Amino acid sequence: MEDYRIELRNVSKSFGEVQALQNINFRVGRNEIVGLVGDNGAGKSTLIKIITGYYQPTSGEIYFNGQKVEHLTVPKARELGVETVYQERALAELQTLWRNIFLGRELCNSLGFLDIRRMKDETHRLMVQSMGFTSQAVSPDSRVGKFSGGEKQGVAIVRALFFQADIIVLDEPTMGLSLKEVAKLVTFVKSIKEAGKSAIFIDHNIFHVYDVADRVVVLDRGRIAGEFMTKDIGLTELMDKMVHVAETGHLE
Amino acid sequence: MNSQINETVPTVTPRYKVPFNLRRFIRTNSAQLGILGVFLCLWLIFIVSAPRTFLSPQIYLAFMTSTPFFAIMAIPLTVVVIAKEIDLSFPSIMAMGMVAFSFIYNETAFIGSTVASTTVRVGLGILAALLTGTIIGWLNGTIIVKVGIPSLVVTIGTQFFWRGAVLVLTSGTNFPLEYIKQTFFYPLLVGQLWGFLPMQMVWLVIITIAIWVLLNRHKFGAHVYLTGDNINSAELMGVNTGLVRIQSFMLVGLISAFAGLVNSFYIAYFWPNMGSGYLLNTLAAVFLGGTSVFGGTGTILGTFLGTFIIGSIDAATVAVGLTGFLTQLIYGFIIVLSVIMHTYLRKRGE
Repeated sequence: MEDYRIELRNVSKSFGEVQALQNINFRVGRNEIVGLVGDNGAGKSTLIKIITGYYQPTSGEIYFNGQKVEHLTVPKARELGVETVYQERALAELQTLWRNIFLGRELCNSLGFLDIRRMKDETHRLMVQSMGFTSQAVSPDSRVGKFSGGEKQGVAIVRALFFQADIIVLDEPTMGLSLKEVAKLVTFVKSIKEAGKSAIFIDHNIFHVYDVADRVVVLDRGRIAGEFMTKDIGLTELMDKMVHVAETGHLE
Repeated sequence: MNSQINETVPTVTPRYKVPFNLRRFIRTNSAQLGILGVFLCLWLIFIVSAPRTFLSPQIYLAFMTSTPFFAIMAIPLTVVVIAKEIDLSFPSIMAMGMVAFSFIYNETAFIGSTVASTTVRVGLGILAALLTGTIIGWLNGTIIVKVGIPSLVVTIGTQFFWRGAVLVLTSGTNFPLEYIKQTFFYPLLVGQLWGFLPMQMVWLVIITIAIWVLLNRHKFGAHVYLTGDNINSAELMGVNTGLVRIQSFMLVGLISAFAGLVNSFYIAYFWPNMGSGYLLNTLAAVFLGGTSVFGGTGTILGTFLGTFIIGSIDAATVAVGLTGFLTQLIYGFIIVLSVIMHTYLRKRGE
């Protein structure tokens, strides 16, 4: 049996009457970028939230590096090396930049007292080195709420980057970004691959996904409708298949 | 295992240092400076209109005697409001803590009635009161978080429930607590430091500093702000928002029970309606201090100043020579103006 970074076996998730996911078998290999595409309501976000430990599956099993993991929670998933850039960005807009960078895992001593000095220093370093914030108006003490869409996305991405992860999940990262910002993002995803890590890339825009992914998984109405290696399939062919899936619910 | 920060951090991270900038300082602290401005303006008005009263130390000693009775509770209440919740049950918690206190005192009569044994019994009673307050706070928080009912609704209910419990358990009677005066707890809680400074004021300062540290320098406080700001983000990023909120309610419970002890020790008397007059004053102090009902913003210093504004208006109205009927009008005026000011500052500031 191959050793995957992450593997879901027969995972289902229902919210009351609604069956959001049905018998999903999903894998991410080592140093692989997996594109996840599908229409609205196909279950992409639900699948992601199961991988990040936010939702517990109704049934099915989750494996990390071949080891079965029970009761995956957000902190546990993080410990296992999953970092997420959420569609909703998961920022606290009234709070300062440094608090957002360290949201949920503040640097603190054993008694829980914060190391504010160090968090601000690190935030400043990340701003200059990774986020490309040069404006005088933006400092670690700036409130995130007044940032532009691209800057906010930058915060969410840099946050994922800072806490070195094995699998980076990007949920609709191009939403609300300018063309230039999208290009920067695509470069970033490619750099994940070069760094020997894995990623799950979710996007409405098949062009972005096709550009960066090794393998594309098509999700439809809570089921996996098909999987393709991008090296084996042309973009037009993939698009035709996706339209066909959206209309009929199956590939052939 | 790879989420450890040390791996990514180069050996030396350059210090982030910004030169002091007055405009930035004003912008980032606008809420606190705003309420400080209101505080100083009012003070100036008081001094100008009643110089004899407000230039003598007596009036300030009077404020320091009476304001802490409710101000103590406004401090932890600020934490709950920052977490985008509210607690209306704290006046009942005050009284319920005192019921636990006297129950334990009466039930430990076998220890004896010498000064030493009275001290032990009062000490046990104090522990029982604090424990009761904390448990009631936990219960509030648990109902709110686990059942998912808004805290406004839950605490209206528990406010009645615990007041009702007090009335039933005491049959609605008052009773004296003269015995506490023999113990060192009496001067410790409500005595005078250096012969003039009311101990309740000292406790208020201690609680203010402790909760300020908790809110601004501890992980708990960071999570309180994040939970109140955007609960979904906080949860996605792994903050246990339920636990944070339950702990905030427990803090209000604990401190309210303590306030109950201070209030009844001061007059060495228990009355079952204790605290019911504090509900709106205390909440007003929190909002006056610039804490937003929408959560995510608020300061302890603001609340501290807010309590003294609320606490002084009563006496000041009379000292200035106005009729006491005007007090509520002035309260209302100052509260509404301050809240408008805070909203304006919040939009501009940041």
